[in-house]
Amino acid sequence: MTRIDNNPSGGNTAVTVRGLVKHYGETKALDGVDLDVREGTVMGVLGPNGAGKTTLVRILSTLLAPTSGQATVAGYDVLGQPRQLRRVIGLTGQYASVDEKLPGWENLYMIGRLLDLPRKEARARADELLERFSLTDAAKRPASTYSGGMRRRLDLAASMIGRPEVLFLDEPTTGLDPRTRNEVWDEVKRMVAEGVTVLLTTQYMEEAEQLATELTVVDRGKVIAGGAIDELKAKVGGRTLRVRPADPQQLRPLAATLDELGITGLATTTVDTESGSVLVPILSDEQLTAVAGVVIAQGITISSITTELPSLDEVFLSLTGHRASAPRDAVPTNALEEVAV
Amino acid sequence: MSAATATVTATDARIPLRGHLRHTGALIRRNLLWIKQDPESMFDALLMPVIFTLLFVYVFGGSIGQALGGGQHGYVQYVIPGMIAMMSMSLSQGVGTGFSQDFNSGVMDRFRSLPIGRGSVLFAKIAVELARMLFATTVLMIVAVLVGFDINNWAGLFATVGLSAVFASSIMWVFLTLGVVLKNAQSVQAMGFLVLFPLQFGSSIFAPTKTMPGWLRAFTDYNPLSTLADAARGLMVGGPVAHDLWVTLGWSVVITAVAAPYAIHKFRTKS
Repeated sequence: MTRIDNNPSGGNTAVTVRGLVKHYGETKALDGVDLDVREGTVMGVLGPNGAGKTTLVRILSTLLAPTSGQATVAGYDVLGQPRQLRRVIGLTGQYASVDEKLPGWENLYMIGRLLDLPRKEARARADELLERFSLTDAAKRPASTYSGGMRRRLDLAASMIGRPEVLFLDEPTTGLDPRTRNEVWDEVKRMVAEGVTVLLTTQYMEEAEQLATELTVVDRGKVIAGGAIDELKAKVGGRTLRVRPADPQQLRPLAATLDELGITGLATTTVDTESGSVLVPILSDEQLTAVAGVVIAQGITISSITTELPSLDEVFLSLTGHRASAPRDAVPTNALEEVAV
Repeated sequence: MSAATATVTATDARIPLRGHLRHTGALIRRNLLWIKQDPESMFDALLMPVIFTLLFVYVFGGSIGQALGGGQHGYVQYVIPGMIAMMSMSLSQGVGTGFSQDFNSGVMDRFRSLPIGRGSVLFAKIAVELARMLFATTVLMIVAVLVGFDINNWAGLFATVGLSAVFASSIMWVFLTLGVVLKNAQSVQAMGFLVLFPLQFGSSIFAPTKTMPGWLRAFTDYNPLSTLADAARGLMVGGPVAHDLWVTLGWSVVITAVAAPYAIHKFRTKS
């Protein structure tokens, strides 16, 4: 069976998507998506609910046929070679796709057998992966008794049984608490270190920054920005420094001073009156230090100073000029008030 | 990029028969483990034959038996082969509700993203359901002997069980289709009862059709549950077999030929 060598010049592409369209009646879930994921990298697909992220993953994992367009994974065509394609991918869906009634070990053994491992090997692989994902103690318990984090880890383990070349993670940490989220991130990083190519969808800039090397931002079925994560971060202003003076009277003078100095070259210092803090976009640690220096030089007493990654909404705002089309509960709503410069 | 214009000439890998058997085996193991985790799921297979046999034999047995001319003992000989037919249908329904539950959890996505034949998932369900049916038939025969059924013909009994299994596996494809097409297990169950009730009671299972009005007999005579029950009677107790046997097998073939490809197609294309 021949695979398509889509990039003979070297630097192989693990996932290639060209003009991918998926319509559900009038709804355009995907409206002409182009995407390339290089082998051994992590592509983050960032977008709000309803942007088409899950539809993209479902098409790439052969669960859904596209309306039009082309997609290959590890050189196999999603429509023409689905069985070969399924052999080289792993999928962890938005909702844990393990059999809840089955014990953890049985889940993994079953998938091993479905991937044609001989019995002995399937047993060994189940033991090995439970050990690796710290689930050995829970091996014999039904998955329904697992915590959210354990279930997600079992799901990741299940995706790894066939030693996939390409792993699809559809919002792997949605609904998890911060500690469990970190656990899942650590596991994903380990898999990446072993050379697996990952396509990851997420609603969180923080998750993308933690895991992805490249980023594709999607909205309403279209790619609205893409590139190396550092480039995009520069575009959207990187981190935000939040400075909260102890005396609210100092808020506006402080903002005015910072704007005048123009340390960051980004004249978008904002005042968040609700929390009583000044928000300063910063691009580097040097800029962070400089701003902190100004605050100290002013002799203003500070009650808190923190750095934040931009929210999905802020990323969209700076990339497109409009807010993400996500439901409001998906993004934090800060009462932002622009200060005239 | 060349990939966009490259034409795919390679064909997709085929799954060998051994692969299909291995996958179906792994999925059968899964369904058996479900029963082990949740033994209550066997209650229907255990209790249905007991309750129905006792109900029909002691509630209707006396009067229908009198009409038949053999009393309650005569009715037992009449109704037990019919009960085997009835259970083949009632228990088949479970295959649809179980399948619908599967679909509403993420595990079906996992199966469909694995390099396995789409039929394996369905075949495994049917195999386990047939095993449940065999268990229920054993329970039924024990109760039957206790209430006075005479097993004179073991070969006939085994032939009946075989014929019921053939018919049941055909009807299971119908319930599997309902399981794939309908939204949730409750709808599958409700829809299942709508199919089940007229077929079970508009048949010769519980009482001879001789006294039924002509329009109803037109239905009961072609109802596969009637022919299955009559074939079972012929095989186990004695009497003509050939006609009912062929009609039942004919129904099984037709139902499978229509419902199986449709169920697999719906399963494959369901998003």
